Amino acid sequence: MVNLTIDGRPVQAPEGTTILETARQADIHIPHLCYLMGINEIAACRVCCVEVEGERAMVTACNNPVQEGMAVHTNSPRARSTRRINVELILSQHDCKCATCVRSGNCQLQEIANDLGILDLPYETQLPQGLRKAWTTTFPLFHDYNKCIKCMRCVQVCDKIQSLSIWDVAGTGSRTTIDVSNNRVIKDSDCALCGQCITHCPTGGLRERDDTQRAFAALADPDRITVVQVAPAVRTAWGEALGLTREQATMGRMAAALRRLGFRYIFDTNFSADLTIMEEGSEFLRRLRKGDMAQYPMFTSCCPGWVRFLKGQYPQLTGRLSTAKSPQQMFGSVAKSWLARKLGVEPEQIFCVSIMPCVAKKAESELPTMATDHGPDVDLVLTTREFVRMLRADKIIPALLPEEPLDDPMGVSTGAGVIFGTTGGVMEAALRSASFLLTGKNPDPESFSQLGEGPGLREATYDLAGTPVRCAVVSGLGNTRKLLERILAGKAHYDFVEVMACPGGCVGGGGQPIDKEDRELGGVRSDRLHQLDRQAPLRFSHENPQVQALYREFLGKPLSEISEHLLHTDHTAWAMPNQRKTG
Amino acid sequence: MSRLAIETPGQAQTVLNGLYRDMGRRISASQPGLCPVDMSLNFLRLCHAQTCGKCVPCRIGLGQLAVLIEQVLDRTATLETIDLIERTARVIADSADCAIGFEAANMVLLGIRGFREDYEEHILHGRCICGLSHPVPCVSTCPAHVDIPGYVALVREGRYEDAVRLIRKDNPFPAVCAYVCEHPCEAQCRRRMVDDSVNICGLKRYAVDHSPDLSAPSRAADTGKRVAVIGGGPGGLTAAYYLSLMGHKVTVYEQRPKLGGMLRYGIPDYRLPQDVLDRDITHILSTGITVRTGVSIGLDMDMEELQKRYDAVYIAIGAHTDKKLGLEGEEAENVVSAVELLRNIGEGRVPDFTGKRVCVIGGGNVSMDATRTALRLGAQQVTCVYRRRVEDMTALAEEIEEAMAEGCQILPLQAPARIEAGPDGRVAALWTRPQLISSYGKDGRPRPVDAAEKEFRIPCDYVIVAIGQAIVAKPFESVGVTTRRGAIQADLTSSVPGVDNVFAGGDAVSGPATVIRAVAAGKVAAANIDSFLGFDHKMHCDVDIPPAHLTNTPPCGRVNLKNRHLNDYRGSFELLKEGMSCEEATQEASRCLRCDHFGYGIFKGGRSKEW
Repeated sequence: MVNLTIDGRPVQAPEGTTILETARQADIHIPHLCYLMGINEIAACRVCCVEVEGERAMVTACNNPVQEGMAVHTNSPRARSTRRINVELILSQHDCKCATCVRSGNCQLQEIANDLGILDLPYETQLPQGLRKAWTTTFPLFHDYNKCIKCMRCVQVCDKIQSLSIWDVAGTGSRTTIDVSNNRVIKDSDCALCGQCITHCPTGGLRERDDTQRAFAALADPDRITVVQVAPAVRTAWGEALGLTREQATMGRMAAALRRLGFRYIFDTNFSADLTIMEEGSEFLRRLRKGDMAQYPMFTSCCPGWVRFLKGQYPQLTGRLSTAKSPQQMFGSVAKSWLARKLGVEPEQIFCVSIMPCVAKKAESELPTMATDHGPDVDLVLTTREFVRMLRADKIIPALLPEEPLDDPMGVSTGAGVIFGTTGGVMEAALRSASFLLTGKNPDPESFSQLGEGPGLREATYDLAGTPVRCAVVSGLGNTRKLLERILAGKAHYDFVEVMACPGGCVGGGGQPIDKEDRELGGVRSDRLHQLDRQAPLRFSHENPQVQALYREFLGKPLSEISEHLLHTDHTAWAMPNQRKTG
Repeated sequence: MSRLAIETPGQAQTVLNGLYRDMGRRISASQPGLCPVDMSLNFLRLCHAQTCGKCVPCRIGLGQLAVLIEQVLDRTATLETIDLIERTARVIADSADCAIGFEAANMVLLGIRGFREDYEEHILHGRCICGLSHPVPCVSTCPAHVDIPGYVALVREGRYEDAVRLIRKDNPFPAVCAYVCEHPCEAQCRRRMVDDSVNICGLKRYAVDHSPDLSAPSRAADTGKRVAVIGGGPGGLTAAYYLSLMGHKVTVYEQRPKLGGMLRYGIPDYRLPQDVLDRDITHILSTGITVRTGVSIGLDMDMEELQKRYDAVYIAIGAHTDKKLGLEGEEAENVVSAVELLRNIGEGRVPDFTGKRVCVIGGGNVSMDATRTALRLGAQQVTCVYRRRVEDMTALAEEIEEAMAEGCQILPLQAPARIEAGPDGRVAALWTRPQLISSYGKDGRPRPVDAAEKEFRIPCDYVIVAIGQAIVAKPFESVGVTTRRGAIQADLTSSVPGVDNVFAGGDAVSGPATVIRAVAAGKVAAANIDSFLGFDHKMHCDVDIPPAHLTNTPPCGRVNLKNRHLNDYRGSFELLKEGMSCEEATQEASRCLRCDHFGYGIFKGGRSKEW
């Protein structure tokens, strides 16, 4: 242990602890902007500068370890002046129109500036103008050069966590900015659209393309029947941004809020998650029986960030993806066919909205392969954050709303569907039903729960009616790349691999609410999903009565001709920009 | 009132003069990869601040040029703007009254012509083409990319063994380089922005002088592949060392009786003692390399045979043949080439120059070695004859100064004309033609031209010719190796185009260069030969690097190595330079700004842990 004083108070910390973390343990908060523990400890913003007795210059607290006998002052006149001027300098190159910023109230720069009581700036505002601030308005990811504070977090998250290196420093001198690496434009890049850069941005420098106005327009259109689906992970996080506890933020309360917004039918993506299990599980068993997994496994296909990653980086493995559409897209297909028929309306009348923890879902819904003659299967995708913004726009306060039921038939789901929102959940749900399909009886639903938590990559082999099934679960694209390299090198063999692009799965998705304190909330959100699964009366996808009805009334059986037509897709029918040539 | 007064600079001027010096150092310490357009703009602004304001082109024109270049950077310009910049700059260069204006405009013109594509990229896409490949300046300018901040930090902590171990990850000649590296790393050391570059080479010497001999890292599992390395100099042995560590079976063929190449047969002992060289070689060979000395490819063995017998061949034969002057009388007795002289000494055939007068022709480092060696061989008088000025000599300034301090004469602006032989057929004198330094040539150096003066006679007993070295590539042509201007053709990955398993590098490819460049070439060859053989072995080093101190030391003088005090250099080949004291080394190491930790290094990763 190292002994030191911070602001005159004696404190102790294990050797190697940074000044910033040591202070935090002692409830002394040192303001900072660029610091992201373990990912971005580069001391770029210089806001965390403290005074250390005996040192010539100011010392950054975020990346310097404590030393024995050190005397640190976080609020000395010199520390105060350093912090204030550095924040003022950052503000001089920041578009400070907070009233029109998506991150107002949730912006780390705004908070620091307000806390410091900076009321006017002594420096001239320097913002790029014209073409230098231009960014595409159609791509699902939006970068605002004028709000970016060049903290480099996005660069590091994309490099270190997602291994895609989409972002890099561009320009020199005061024109230095963050841009797409290697002089590319974002539309021509291999960005997976995981959105992790957004959720790790301290300001409004990055956000999703805002589609809330299109949603309001659809809600206002009397000729449209609005149908909304809510992804599993959304229910774990939407309340964070609205001041609701996780227990308060129930699906019932969300249903009530969605009705207040004007949605006609409130459904659940969990329903189509159960449906996905029926299709993907059946496909898996069929491919397993055919001996299709001798060399390479079958990969899950529900995560569009992962699909984009695979197609951009390892297109030679595209054929190894399950052909099953994602739950979002299956939902859209079913809504515009079975549901339209049940409601006695034309598919064109249905406006299918999904609320997703995800940015890549926007791109997925816009793929040419995800549409029929009746238009796109899913008309509009909103992130959890956009959904929250719509509630705030209409001054809907969910805490004051009663719990209301979801609608039939697509609001019915099982515990297996709900865990789709977390890493390992798809695999677990699939194994539950695959086990049933092979043995004719339900396994203990907890049989596969060891895949639900642990490090970025977990593996297990299960015996399903005498057939050993080698499974792997991975989340985060950096982890995924390592796994794929091992698989391609023949160093690892699996039958079934679940991949989610975001660390921890959709609960940590790039469309989820952003925590101003930089806490990674994937873990607690995931716990909530597992809790919902355990509390669910039904825990097997094949037991979902409405899924059963869907097959009975409309589809026949999994992998039937109509199922193949509506619920499966050809992943090779579109290409990523500059997709690498297949070997 | 007095009619005249002595002028002294005011306080402002004194401070400004200091700032000029700071700025000069700062500019020369610019890291590689900066945006040339942005730098041009700011040079131009500096130039504009120097204008006196009298003339239109300079007073207004330079400012308007700055506005236009700023538009380029702000992406508000069009491609026509480049033409306008060029036209304007040309007029300023043509019509400014003094150098403040026309030289400033010339700099802009050089930029427009030299990096027009950078201007266009800014206008069309708002981007720079430039970019940093390695964020730490010394590491990026070291050809072998040795982890300099890492070993300097280790020296500071007294961990000399670890420092040497860390250097060997990228350079198996730590001892040799500690004595004779030309240290390009120091040229762009960021410490120059504070005071002066860190004495990196001197610190390396302290580490190698204070580290015991270490055992080599363990070899990777035997691959069963066989590699032949032709040439036992720094490049060949570097490739051999890493290839051997990678698990390949390496045989080095060396035509001379001992290994070391130019290090043994070209560098005099007073700069590089043989035992220092032997320390590195012993370490390299301890990895299990087979050595066959006294074997000359083309004479004792055919290249074709070698190519067939080995899975890969690395040609690192260096440049060991002398170039001829082509002058009348060159065939006279006692005309020797520097290469031959130094080689003879390396092989133990030491001539006696006692009482003789020696002329050395040439202005490079080899010439200085020959000059100082001649003095040590007892020469009564040594004159180095060079056709340009002293400041145009390509030898290191330090070498020239020391040669002069030791009592050698440098006779500049004399072009050798002919050698006069006496009746006994021996050299009697060197005749030279006086030169006049003149306008700049295409190589950016002022050219010498014949001065209208009489020929000059330098009476002497020996003439040593040090005007460059050539390569003997003939024996390798049988397998398809080609040459261009005497050098073996190989690409930047050291593979020889069109010859499947043959690689080449070092002086034989680049022409005569430095130890560290040969080491770098050997490293590149080792990595690419390993890949060629179907492997991906990584070289790494598990030494942990001490954390940076919290803040940097304030300005502090650089510790330079001192020469030993000798009354007479004649007859003494003893090592000249004294190493640092412990106190000096610790202080010098503390001057390192730790660019691996501070600045861009911590963002983009200050070190590559493996290659």
